[in-house]
Amino acid sequence: MTTSTNARAAIATTAPSRARGARRRADRRSTATGWLMLAPAGVLIITFLLIPIGLTFVLAFTNARLISPEPAKFIGVANFTRLFDNETFWRSLINTVVFALVIVPFQSALALGLALLINVKMRGVNFFRTVFFLPVVTSMVVVSMLWMFMYQPNGLINALLAKVGVQGPDWLGDPRTALIALILMSAWQACGFHMVIWLSGLQTIPADLYEAASLDGAGPWQQFVHVTWPGLRQTAIFILITITIAAFSLFTQVNIMTQGGPLDSTSTVVFMAVRTGFQQQQTGYAAAISLVFFVIVLAVSLLQRYLTRDKDLKR
Amino acid sequence: MLKRTAKLVVTTLVAASLTLALGACSKGGTTSTNAATPGGTQTLTMWTHNAGNKNELGAVEQIVNDYNASQTKYKVDVQAFPQDSYNQSVVAAAAAKKLPCILDIDGPNVPNWAWAGYLAPLVGMDDTLSKFLPSVLGKWADKTYSFGYYDVALTMVSRKSVLEKYGIRIPTADKPWTNDEFTAALKTIRDSGDFDHPLDIATSFTGEWWPYAYSPFLQSFGGDLINRSDYKSAQGVLNGPEGLAWAKWFRSLVTEKYIPLKSGADPAKDFMNGKSAILYNGSWTAVDTRKKFGDDILFLPSVDLGKGPKIGGGSWQWGISANCSSPEGAMDYMKFSAQDKYVASVSKATTNIPATDAAAALVPGFELGGENDMFRQYAKKFAVLRPVNPGYPFMATEFTKTAQDILNGADPQQALDTAAKNIDANQESNNYFQ
Repeated sequence: MTTSTNARAAIATTAPSRARGARRRADRRSTATGWLMLAPAGVLIITFLLIPIGLTFVLAFTNARLISPEPAKFIGVANFTRLFDNETFWRSLINTVVFALVIVPFQSALALGLALLINVKMRGVNFFRTVFFLPVVTSMVVVSMLWMFMYQPNGLINALLAKVGVQGPDWLGDPRTALIALILMSAWQACGFHMVIWLSGLQTIPADLYEAASLDGAGPWQQFVHVTWPGLRQTAIFILITITIAAFSLFTQVNIMTQGGPLDSTSTVVFMAVRTGFQQQQTGYAAAISLVFFVIVLAVSLLQRYLTRDKDLKR
Repeated sequence: MLKRTAKLVVTTLVAASLTLALGACSKGGTTSTNAATPGGTQTLTMWTHNAGNKNELGAVEQIVNDYNASQTKYKVDVQAFPQDSYNQSVVAAAAAKKLPCILDIDGPNVPNWAWAGYLAPLVGMDDTLSKFLPSVLGKWADKTYSFGYYDVALTMVSRKSVLEKYGIRIPTADKPWTNDEFTAALKTIRDSGDFDHPLDIATSFTGEWWPYAYSPFLQSFGGDLINRSDYKSAQGVLNGPEGLAWAKWFRSLVTEKYIPLKSGADPAKDFMNGKSAILYNGSWTAVDTRKKFGDDILFLPSVDLGKGPKIGGGSWQWGISANCSSPEGAMDYMKFSAQDKYVASVSKATTNIPATDAAAALVPGFELGGENDMFRQYAKKFAVLRPVNPGYPFMATEFTKTAQDILNGADPQQALDTAAKNIDANQESNNYFQ
């Protein structure tokens, strides 16, 4: 849409004296161009986003299966009653929420710390930027496999802990530590990306503010609280939203490292949906799980929009 | 305002796509099935799970080459997939009605795919197939849909020198270890402190391994995944006293430190490196372990936990799809490939149990009294098929999760009750697959 408006504006300014008919023709042509340019993205979004979402809404109320000679039947809300009666679902939901609640502050603080560290003018800083960013460009599957070895009872992490005299747990095999292990590893993998975003935010803060602050006698901590942090508010909102959404869709790590175990301690809603839909072939039930997940994420997004809206208006 | 709404919509859509994209991705497109070439030769596509398994793939390709050279009417074209993604590929292709003409299938999935109408029954092969081990035939509703070249036997691998050192009796197929004997043996070895763990049951394997390897223990206790008289309910069979006894025994392996809760990535390697004294594994482990320990190696029968030793039966099998445009061609290939010499060549390449007696005579080691003959004995004596029912894939996932939970210390009765309830619900919601 923006393209066509811009084009129209351009035509209006460059050829103000043209006849009306010609302008209408040009209008039509630019509208057509606009639609044409929208088409590739539009087709993809409709095929892989809107149609699947629509299907989810329909399938969730049927007993559709992945493999079955029988046609799917409408079964009302039976999938949902079964779901809300399922302990694994509640466990998965709690795990997902805990994961999001812990990782959002943890990962963003870690990323901010890294960003502050490398936001200095000195030689070799680009080297550290690259190193911190490396995990982001590494496939999550590879990272998960590596950390799986590191988390083994006799793996690297426990070997390091043993050096300082701590007997490390069986990280992924113990229900008490499995989720924590996933959180640590996920934060390590993704924080490089958010570090770059923090960094871009940091560099928008004018240097004279720091100058003025130091003239006023503010120490580094006071500078951070009164100059840096307020200057990063927009960035913080963006990071909050992206990490939350990424956290809710936790799947790859779980699928590779723990398969939801031990004792459901790392099962997540998305993992449960995939397991139900593919391994257990219950398409309808999996659609119901996805629908519930959709509603939860929608609610969280709306809440975040609401919480950040007032501040938008004030500015 | 408009912008904000647009942003909201985009955020929402992105969030939703995160869930749904996962589903969308896995249902990728597949190649088409058959095509007639100008010379009148029809191409039959064949799928196998053997990519990455050079020996087996080579043996299968040899059959195909021989077949293609033997006649000009049909040409079989092999496409190999890695095993991990094979089942998903087939299910996705089936949903899109793009199955290849000929495909291999993990035995217990045959009833499910046959019931769903993906497979066509094998016709006119009854005489040939009557010579095959019953456990390598995939059947549903009185029709045979698939046959395999080989079966696999589960075995307790150990060393003569180790057992003799601790004064443990060497069991035979006729007189296997009893539960008490086995427990005493594990305790002796554990208390000696010579090994990290006396036993390794390869808990690090994933997927079908769990029901394949551990449900026979349940069956040896007298339980089962479902009541096989009518395949309607698992109540009282899976979660009855026998099931509970199995669950408690299974968990005790961990609490008594007889097995590692999670095995290493390659349990056979750990066994060969002396970390475990007894290894529970498939007969495929024979080649490497024999190479390492020579005459000292023992491939013992599984343990009798009450109702005699049980081992899983049924491995990979071949069938033809229902939407094949040239079923005669596919059947022609199936008949060609069922010759004893091919049964022998594939078994030899995989060091698995040949499915026919005639083939067994052709494979060194599997002849009567040969060094691999006991695997054939175990398969004949102890093999139990996994429930022959279209509901099996669901039972497999339920059993796997339940067994993992029990091993990790879940309340056995509660875990088994949940599994039985879920299996019953799935059977019922499919109208018992009638």
